Formats: sequence, structure tokens, C-alpha cells
Amino acid sequence: MGKTLFDKIWDAHVVHTLEGGTDVLYIDKHFIHEVTSPQAFDGLRKRHIQVFRPNQTVATADHNVPTINQHLPINDPLSRHQVETLTRNCEAFGVPLYGLGHPYQGIVHVIGPELGITKPGMTIVCGDSHTSTHGAFGAIAFGIGTSQVEQVLSSQCVLQAKPMKMRISVEGQLKEGVLSKDIILYIISKLTASGGTGYFVEYAGSAIRSLSMEARMTICNMSIEMGARGGMIAPDETTFAYVKGREFAPQGPAYEEALAYWQTLYTDEDAHFDAEYVFDAADIEPMITYGTNPGMGIGITGHIPGMDEVENKVNYEKSLHYMGLDPGQELLGKRIEHVFIGSCTNSRIEDLRLVAEFLQGKTKSDHVQAMIIPGSKQVELQARREGLDKIFEAAGFFLREPGCSACLGMNEDKIPAGEYCVSTSNRNFEGRQGPGARTMLASPLTAAACAIAGKIVDVREYLN
Amino acid sequence: MLQSTAVPIPIEDIDTDQIIPARFLKATSREGFGENLFRDWRYSKGDVPNPDFILNNPTYQGQILVAGKNFGCGSSREHAAWSIYDAGFKVVVSSFFADIFKGNALNNGLLPVTVSPAFLDGMFKSIEQNPNATFTVSLEDQTIRNDSTGATFSFDINAYKKMCLLNGYDDIDFLLSLKDKIAAFEKQQVIY
Ligand code: SF4
Repeated sequence: MGKTLFDKIWDAHVVHTLEGGTDVLYIDKHFIHEVTSPQAFDGLRKRHIQVFRPNQTVATADHNVPTINQHLPINDPLSRHQVETLTRNCEAFGVPLYGLGHPYQGIVHVIGPELGITKPGMTIVCGDSHTSTHGAFGAIAFGIGTSQVEQVLSSQCVLQAKPMKMRISVEGQLKEGVLSKDIILYIISKLTASGGTGYFVEYAGSAIRSLSMEARMTICNMSIEMGARGGMIAPDETTFAYVKGREFAPQGPAYEEALAYWQTLYTDEDAHFDAEYVFDAADIEPMITYGTNPGMGIGITGHIPGMDEVENKVNYEKSLHYMGLDPGQELLGKRIEHVFIGSCTNSRIEDLRLVAEFLQGKTKSDHVQAMIIPGSKQVELQARREGLDKIFEAAGFFLREPGCSACLGMNEDKIPAGEYCVSTSNRNFEGRQGPGARTMLASPLTAAACAIAGKIVDVREYLN
Repeated sequence: MLQSTAVPIPIEDIDTDQIIPARFLKATSREGFGENLFRDWRYSKGDVPNPDFILNNPTYQGQILVAGKNFGCGSSREHAAWSIYDAGFKVVVSSFFADIFKGNALNNGLLPVTVSPAFLDGMFKSIEQNPNATFTVSLEDQTIRNDSTGATFSFDINAYKKMCLLNGYDDIDFLLSLKDKIAAFEKQQVIY
């Protein structure tokens, strides 16, 4: 029997297998950030050991950093302490750091790919659940907890049981105004927030293959929102072209050698999956979430499910109560107060270009506060070089500096209690964007259109 | 073996942002997170204890936390497991756990016990009838008993993790013992 893409990469990284099936998996690249690493470094200190392979770890500061005046000291003492601790730990243990002020700084899942650190066939981990993003390159990439960060720092390996495998195919052509964010919100709405638990997902099908690398990253990024450990897409010409020439990509003959290997990374025709789903791209319309987990999404013209359509009524009521919405309600026309464009889901240069193109000649509604947070310093500079910041400003937006920002509200960028935010991030959990904040997840285009209208609208009515 | 009363939270899809909101992740040590466990459910307006939330109700005590399905979904923050452990729980029971949370719990001496939906339901019912209802968890036998009804459920646990928990072994000591093997693996491995 043939092998899946996942098996090919996993099997090539097994150092040792324990009784009962747990594998010692070798990790090619390890990303760390300020929030989930300090306790792991402390662990090394307690054991009096060094980082085993310091050059296979890369650090950045992203979760807790301000998105204005990054050249000034961080105001909040706790945040400042955490960022400084990362710097100290990286110095002490010889780990490369792209910290605040470095031209490569940014959200960890944005900088890995843009620097060419993320490549096909790799195993990649990070103390962050959206590490699944890197799977877009045909890599096995998944989030780990701090104890496992310590495992990787000390041995370059993690102990991990092999997950089950799921394939999700999206076939056909996407409709106008539908982005990769809509595809993944649609898939999660069908599979629910726990439908992928225990699985590693491969995304396939003609609609997926037609996507750019950045759009593929958006899809893989949200794999965790259906509970899956990670998501991946077989590398192809789009992938190879994206990687080629980047800072840490192999060059010259080394590139050719790598390419020959990368071209073997696909699922064999007779390989087995534990679960399979096929969706038709034509069924997908711009999506939006109405509830407090990413599985609670609908097509923008749809209705929130009625009480009789849901199984767990207690949960459902609690969720809608938090959101201030009623069962059966339509979302179109609902007034909103905030728009957040950013996060490792949608803060890359393509996202910003798309938003800028849409905003050209338009201005945001007076009652809407709009934030645009680039995913990295490089994205920010590129946007400025292309004059996108001028378009944003003319439309009443403001391009800030890179970081996780209101995606998780660890810094000052928070949504006030009770107010609605159309957000391009990945989580609409209670309080995710600040205590009491009401998050509605959507694509960057939908978010931009809602900012213009000051309410929930169907972006398709604004195209052409 | 642990026999204890339990604290029920019969809500599904409890995510790690509810267990420990991001704004409390700024500490650089592992201790002290228990205070902020379920912070935004426990306190309203920042610091007024919400009398309706179960952790503020002295009737419900114990070392076992019982929750609805898909517990611990969301972020990989190990702080979620730390905060539950720090608040005095040793066991979490649900009919379904998110993967990363389960691994994090196991790595911190907090035992996640997956039971059938029917067994979970029985637990909630027993606690509802009697807040002092006890449950007995045996890691050796991999069983949990509802002492009120006598119902017993055998749960699964990764064999390696069970061995670690029972013997107090540690993943990192184990990995460090494999260093030569890892170095040998690296010699034949090409990373592009
Ligand atoms: S942008 Fe949001 S989801 Fe992405 S790494 Fe940062 S906090 Fe996590």
C-alpha cells in the first residue's frame, strides 16, 4: 500500500519508537516566542543543560509587543519583562533571535515562510497552536506545550504518538469574492470545532491547488480550529517557486538537490486515510461566524441556526447570549464597531494588497475603529514601499507595526466589552480579543467591506 | 488511587482562553496561575466574584474537575494545565479532550480521563443529586468509579505516559538518555 504525504515525512523523522506506539520524532525547525518559552529555558537551567541544537531554533517576539512606537520601551512592565526574558534566554543559550527592532521580526508563523526557513518535507514545531500554518509547504508542523518546548530545546526531539490521517478535498472553482479564509471557515462549520481532533489533515483538490502560497497558509493555519493537530498541502510548482531565492532557502546546486526530494512529497494514489471529506468550491460563499467557537459560522446571507436546529441548547444559548444575538437571526445589516485586519491567518502582503485595492477611493464608516496589523516588519515595509499605507490612511485605516495584537489581546490592542469586531483572525472565543469582546471571523475582503458600511455586508455587492 | 468529590462544569467546547485568558500569560514562571483559572467566568467587572460560578460556590469542592466534551480546545498554552493543577485539581474528566491540552495535562501530572458521554452524564447527575458524591480514580487499573451508582468506566491512556506518571519519570531525562541515538540519526538526515 502507498503512503500518504504525512507518512512519508513522519516516517523519515522517527528516531525511536516506544512500546505502545509513541515515537521520538526528530524536529528540523523549532520556533519560539516570548510567552511559551520562559518556563522551558528555566527547566534547562534547573537541569544544568544547554540547548542541544541552538541553530535549529529561531526566536521572535510577537504575542506581547505593542503595535505602535515599537522603538520605545514597552510600557506594560509584565510584557516588557517577558520580552526581555526572551532576549536574555536567547543570548544565554545561543539561539538566533529576531526580536523587536530587527528587520525580520514579526508573527512567528509569518516570518518562517517569508524567510524561507519553512520548507517542504520538514518537521516544525512551536509552542503555539497555529504552527499548523507551515503545513502549507508540505511540512509536518504542529503546536506543542511548554514541556515539549523544553523537550525540543534539550534534545531536538518530541515524544509524540502518530495521529490519524484525514483528507479534505475541495474541488472546482471558487466564486467571486470568496477567499481561502472562506474555504476554511466553511470546512470548520461543516466539521465542527472538534471534528478534526485526533487527526492530521491533508488538504487537496483543484480548488486548493489553485491557491497562492499565502492563501494556502490561511487554510492550514486554521486546521487547529477543528481540533486537528495540523494541516498540510502537498508541495507543487507554486510552493517551489515561492521558496526559491528566499533568505534561508537552499541556493544553486543545493536547491536542485532539495527540489528533487521535494518532488517526491505527495500522497500515493493507493494510500489510506482514516477519514475523507469532499466539498464543492461552488457551494462556498463569503463566510462569517456568529458564535463563540470557529465552527459556528454561516454564509454571509444565511441565518443563525434556530433553537430547534442545534443539539446542545444550553451551550448554544450561552454562546448567543454572549454575542448578543438571537437564534434564527440574519447577520446582514448588523451594526459593528471594530474591524481588525491582522493575525497569522491574514496579515501577509497579499492580504494587505487585496484590502488596499478594495479600499481605494472608499472611506470607512465613522463609527468603526479599524486596525491593520502587518504580520511582520518585512510585510510592513513592503506595504509602505507599495504605497498601501497611503491608501489605508485615505480610507480612515491606519497601518500599525507587526505583532499578534488584537488577535489575542495581550497588548493594549483590545476590543471593548460588548462591542462587535469583524476580525480576520482565527478565534472568536469569549474574551479572546479582550474581556467581553464580540468577535466575528471573516475574510479580509469581508472585513474591509464591513468597515466601509459600518455593518455586516456581503462583499460581493461591492465588487465591480 | 484517588477518591474525591468533584467540581462540575457541564459546558462543552471549553477553550483555553476561558481556562486562562491570554492577559494572564505574562508570567515567566509556572506557579500562581490557579488564581486566574476561569478568570472571566469567576469574576465579573474584573474582580467582583460571580456568585453563580461554581468555583465560587463552597458547596462544590474536590480534586476532580468534570467538564463537557471537547475540553481544552484552542491554544497550546500549557498555562491552562498549570492553572488547573495549581488550583488543586489532580484529575479532569470529560467525554472528549482536545489533543494538545491532553498532552500538556499529562506532562504536568494532571490526569485527563476520557469517559463515555453516558458515564459523564451519570457523573453530572450524581453531583447534582449530592454535591458530596465521590468518585474513585485508579491510574494503575485505568478505571474511574462513580461511587454513588457503582458504575465503573475503563479509560485509555498512552502506555508510556502511564509509566511516567506512576513512576515519576520525566520525558526529558528519557530523551537525554537517547542523545547518542539522536546524534546518529542526524548523521544520515539531510535538512534542506
Ligand atoms: S496572531 Fe494570533 S493566532 Fe497567530 S500566533 Fe499570534 S496570537 Fe496566535
